[in-house]
Amino acid sequence: MEYDNRQVLSVDQLSIEKGEILAIVGPSGAGKSTLLRILNFLEPATSGELLFDGQQLQGSVSLEVRRRVTTVFQRPQLLNRSVAANVSFGLNVRGIDTNGRIKAALDLVGLTNLADQAANDLSGGEMQRVALARALVIQPDVLLLDEPTANLDPYNVALIEKLVVEQNQSRETTIVLVTHNIFQARRIAHRCALLLDGHLTEVAATERFFTTPQDPRTAAFVRGEMVY
Amino acid sequence: MQTILEALRAALELLVSFDPVLLQIVTLSLQVSISALLISTIIGIPIGAGLGLQKKLPARGLVLALINTGMGLPPVAVGLFIFLLLSSSGPLGVLGWLFTPWAMISAQTIIALPLVIGLTLAAVAGVDRDLHLQIRSLGATRWQTARAVLVEARLGILAAIAAAFGGIISEVGAVMLVGGNIAGKTRILTTAIVLETRKGEFAIALALGIVLVVLAFAANVALIRFGGTHQRWRLS
Repeated sequence: MEYDNRQVLSVDQLSIEKGEILAIVGPSGAGKSTLLRILNFLEPATSGELLFDGQQLQGSVSLEVRRRVTTVFQRPQLLNRSVAANVSFGLNVRGIDTNGRIKAALDLVGLTNLADQAANDLSGGEMQRVALARALVIQPDVLLLDEPTANLDPYNVALIEKLVVEQNQSRETTIVLVTHNIFQARRIAHRCALLLDGHLTEVAATERFFTTPQDPRTAAFVRGEMVY
Repeated sequence: MQTILEALRAALELLVSFDPVLLQIVTLSLQVSISALLISTIIGIPIGAGLGLQKKLPARGLVLALINTGMGLPPVAVGLFIFLLLSSSGPLGVLGWLFTPWAMISAQTIIALPLVIGLTLAAVAGVDRDLHLQIRSLGATRWQTARAVLVEARLGILAAIAAAFGGIISEVGAVMLVGGNIAGKTRILTTAIVLETRKGEFAIALALGIVLVVLAFAANVALIRFGGTHQRWRLS
C-alpha cells in the first residue's frame, strides 16, 4: 500500500481463519488502520491479492461481499441522529426490517434506556457501545475493530471485550482486533500479529506469541522494551 | 426620534389594516424570491454536494475560485448583466422578460446560486471523512453514502438556503434595474422601500421594512424547525 509513492504497508501474506479472533498489535503509524481499511474494502491496495472466502477479489468488490464485513473505528463515528437511528442504519441500508432487532442490540450493550437520546450527546464509552451495537446488529461475518477501547474506562473496556468474545463464540464471527494494548490482545485473541513499519514480523497463536516469540522484535515488543 | 415613532405607529396601522397595495407588494416579493430560491436550490444543492463529496475532480480549484467569486458578486452588476441580456437588442430580448417578474427571478437566481453551491459545498466537505468510511463500512451503497452525508450536513445546507434567501429578499439593485419598480407589476418590498423613502413616506417605508425583517425571520425559523425534524430522518 502506498500513499504519495511512500510505502506504508507491505504484507507478504496474512491469512485470517474463519471464526478466529486475530489481534494485530504494533506501534502507532505501523499501518494497522490501513490494513483494516483494506480488509473492509474501504481502500484498494496498490498491489497484491485479496481473497475472501477463498475467492479472489478483483476490481470493485460486490455489495454482497462488502456487507459481510464491517468496522468499529477508534473514534465512534456516530451519525447526528438518535441512538436507535444509528443502530438501525446498517439494517435500513439493507432494507431489513428493524422490528425488535434494535432493542435487542441495545439490550446487549446496556443502552436500551438511551434509545431516543441524541447519539452525539453520550459519553465516550456509551458512544463506543452504540457503535458496537450498530455493527453487531447487522450480524457481520467479519468484524474489524480499530482500537475499540482506546481511552475508555475499565468498565467499558471489560464490557466491550465481553461482547466481542460472546459474538465470536455465539456466531463464529471472525474478528480482527487492532490494538495498542498487548494485554487486551492476550486476553481475547486466538492469534496475534505484530505489525512494524508496515511489515508483519510475526503471526502466532496468542500463548506462543507472548511466551516464545520467534522474532526478537516481537520479544522486545511483548516485554515492553520497544518504545512507541 | 419623533419621526421614527410616528412612522412606527403608522406602520403598525398599515400592517394591521391589511392594505391591499402592501399585500400585493409582499405577495410579489415572496413569489419572486421563493421562485429564485427554489431554482437555485434545485440546481445548487446537487452541484455543491457533488463538489463537496468528490475532492478529486479535475479543475476543482478553478471551479471553487469561480464559485467563491460568484458568492461576492455585486447584485447591481448582476442586474446590469441580466438587463443587457434581456433588453430588446440583447441575445435574450425575444423573451420579452425585461421589466417583468421573470427578469427579477432570473437576477435573484444568479445571485443566490453561488451562495447555495458554495455553502452547501462547505457543509458537505466539512463532514468528517472517517464518517464517510464508517457509512460505507456499514454497507451503504455510493448513493446511500451520499444521502447519509447530506443528511449529516443538513444544518449547513439549511444555512446555505437561509443565507441565499436573506441575500435575495433584501436585494434591491438588481431587481430595480431589471424589474423597473412598476407599481402593481414589478414593485417588491425593497424597491418600494427605496421609492417611499425618496418620497418622504417614511411610515410606509418603515412598514415595508418591518415586513421584510419579519419575512426573513420567519423563513429562518421555518428552516431551523425543518432542520430539527430531520434529526429523525432514516434511510430506507
